Amino acid sequence: MFMSETAPEQLLTTHDGRSLKVSLARALRREKLRALFLIAPLLIFVLLTFVAPIADMLFRSVENGIVEDTLPQTVNALASWDSGSGELPGEPVYAALHSDLLVAVKEKTHTRLGSRLNYEQTGISSLFRKTGRRVKRMDDAAPFKEQFIAADDKWADLSTWQTLKQFSPRYTDGYFLAAVDAERGPDGIEMKPADEQVYIYLFGRTLLLSVAITISCLILGYPIAYLLAALPLRTSNLLMILVLLPFWTSLLVRTSAWKVLLQQQGVINDFLVWIGLISNANRLVMINNQTGTIIAMTHILLPFMILPLYSVMKTISPSYVRAAKSLGANDWTAFWRVYFPQSVPGIGAGAVLVFILAIGYYITPELVGGTSGIFISNRIAYHISSSLNWGLAAALGTMLLAAVMILFVVYDKIVGIDNVKLG
Amino acid sequence: MKLKSVILAGSAVALTATSALATDMTIVSWGGAYSASQNNAYHKPYMEANPDINIINDESSNEAVAKLRAMNEAGNITWDLVDVVASDAIRLCDEGLAMPIDADEVLAPAPNGTPASEDFGDLIVSECFIPQIVYSTTFGYRTDVAEWNGKTPEDICAVFDLETFPGKRALEKRPINNMEWALLCDGVAKEDVYNVLETEEGQAQAFAKLDTIKDQTIFWSAGAETPQLLADKEVVMGSTYNGRLFSLIAEEGQPVAMLWDAQVFDIDGWIVPEGLPEDRKAMVLDYLKFATDTQRLADQAKYISYGPARKSSAPLVGKHAELGIEMAPHMPTDPENAKNTFLYNYEWWADYRDDLDAKYQAWLSQ
Repeated sequence: MFMSETAPEQLLTTHDGRSLKVSLARALRREKLRALFLIAPLLIFVLLTFVAPIADMLFRSVENGIVEDTLPQTVNALASWDSGSGELPGEPVYAALHSDLLVAVKEKTHTRLGSRLNYEQTGISSLFRKTGRRVKRMDDAAPFKEQFIAADDKWADLSTWQTLKQFSPRYTDGYFLAAVDAERGPDGIEMKPADEQVYIYLFGRTLLLSVAITISCLILGYPIAYLLAALPLRTSNLLMILVLLPFWTSLLVRTSAWKVLLQQQGVINDFLVWIGLISNANRLVMINNQTGTIIAMTHILLPFMILPLYSVMKTISPSYVRAAKSLGANDWTAFWRVYFPQSVPGIGAGAVLVFILAIGYYITPELVGGTSGIFISNRIAYHISSSLNWGLAAALGTMLLAAVMILFVVYDKIVGIDNVKLG
Repeated sequence: MKLKSVILAGSAVALTATSALATDMTIVSWGGAYSASQNNAYHKPYMEANPDINIINDESSNEAVAKLRAMNEAGNITWDLVDVVASDAIRLCDEGLAMPIDADEVLAPAPNGTPASEDFGDLIVSECFIPQIVYSTTFGYRTDVAEWNGKTPEDICAVFDLETFPGKRALEKRPINNMEWALLCDGVAKEDVYNVLETEEGQAQAFAKLDTIKDQTIFWSAGAETPQLLADKEVVMGSTYNGRLFSLIAEEGQPVAMLWDAQVFDIDGWIVPEGLPEDRKAMVLDYLKFATDTQRLADQAKYISYGPARKSSAPLVGKHAELGIEMAPHMPTDPENAKNTFLYNYEWWADYRDDLDAKYQAWLSQ
């Protein structure tokens, strides 16, 4: 109040006569620029190697320029064709297809388009390969429609043209529909037949198993972290090495070790049979299923739970518990009412870390998960490296990213992100 | 300052010296015993004859298709020659990521003058593909299963016969081969398999047959898993590549035998990435001519039990380099083993792979 009243009449100035406000702002800006300059290498690095590739990958989930780029005249000619009319497109469309394909065959892009459209309709891959071989020998004088149909009768099939028309726009929602087991039928969006639905189910399973892994990490990790924080430094350092040792071992070695332990002819089953707890005919199935995934992943992710828990517990002063006890609390009450609430930020940090790491894991589920323990990431990896359906992989990846972000917001609302501490 | 300039000058000299000594050529393959056999049969003799070339092995063949596409998009091809299975070669050729090769122009003719295209014959399944070996996916079974009462599997349908041959099986985590075998054992004639598999009913029939053994099956994704599962007695029979079973039986002496029935033939070979600069292309083609001639292909069979892709190489196949056993009887191409084989239809799978894989995965996760 005082400042604003006096400011109009008497501006505060620095010794060289400039307004103090301007001078301060300038100094602050300089500070900010210097800070920006200092972090610039890291910022550029992160932008180039992390943000840009991810943005590019996400963009692929809707990008569909390949049809228009390969067959520009055909797409143009198809615009006036009504795919619901029940009639094949006319001669101009076939003529456009002919001249497009001549160019495409020369540049060898027709087979690439074929494999793209084969994701939508089985058989288009060989259709384009076959037609590509025939297109050069076609007679320019005769009608192209008959010649194309003679080359392959799929050109007389309405569904071929419907697919081509449906996927001719530059941007498509087709990949996202496929990622939720849906497709665009004649009457709008509908679910795929039951024998092709898999992704929603896998999303659900991934979330469920990740929660199970997080909970079992917490149950196993909390007492260890407590012990680490409570023991004298010399003993706790030794224990800490034991916690970190598996961390330094190759992931594949650890996973293979679990195979040796858990399989039906493995160490644990042999031991149980030997002590007579189970009969030889009823050996437990503990690997190549969900149990295997949960056990192996819990082991692999356990350090990510223990370390944040430990660093938070280390800061909890023992005098609080002593004070509680001196005021008459028994061991349990002192722990539950005094110690535990102070360790909650560590639980939050550990749980978020473990959960987010678990949800994107794929090597371990692939090796020990059998068929019932694999994650959505295994399908993403398959579409990236094997089927080359990068659009679908990108759509699945985007949904996974969105799911993690939603869960993060929910977590923030329930627990509060300020309540997460890494140390 | 002085030290710095000495180091700089030294490293400059070292760099020019190595680049003058040898040009690097990156060859991508599958790793393990297979890369070792290529190293012994092709790379070593080639580098001896051409001391100015240094071959670098990269073991990325199982993700070659994706990596080549990424390299192509980035406009920076770092590989010179890639070993892939035939279906991947077709895919790469379709995507314009592999270079078409004229076999007669680039490859050496057979010793008797037969042109390469004839010597390889039908195995050139794509214009970008230079065949190298023939392998087959087949079943191995344990020979010491007490529950089988002395019976041994004699045909492929033993896999689906849980009454006579109880125990767990290992099958691949993808539809290719499994769908065909299921139909063959459900009374479909060999020549009709793909026609039946094209229809919805045919697919349902194959899945129904696979359903009968699903809960007794461990599904694998890497070829090394089945030999391990067999050795650990986790499964009593399982499918994998015949070379893996050979090393389990002959090299490790496990009580396992091969089931040579309805094994699925497949081909593995080379592709040259599209877009190599001229000098590197010339270097690669020179290597290719050497590495795919009749003698070299026969030599590879000394180290691994995969059949050479050239007809003219078959008579030259000798003994295993270390074990000293005759290799011919272990080849998938041996007449005794190839009595009843199944020809894998590449074109068909190129079309149906996406669709059937989605269904297979849905079936697996049910």
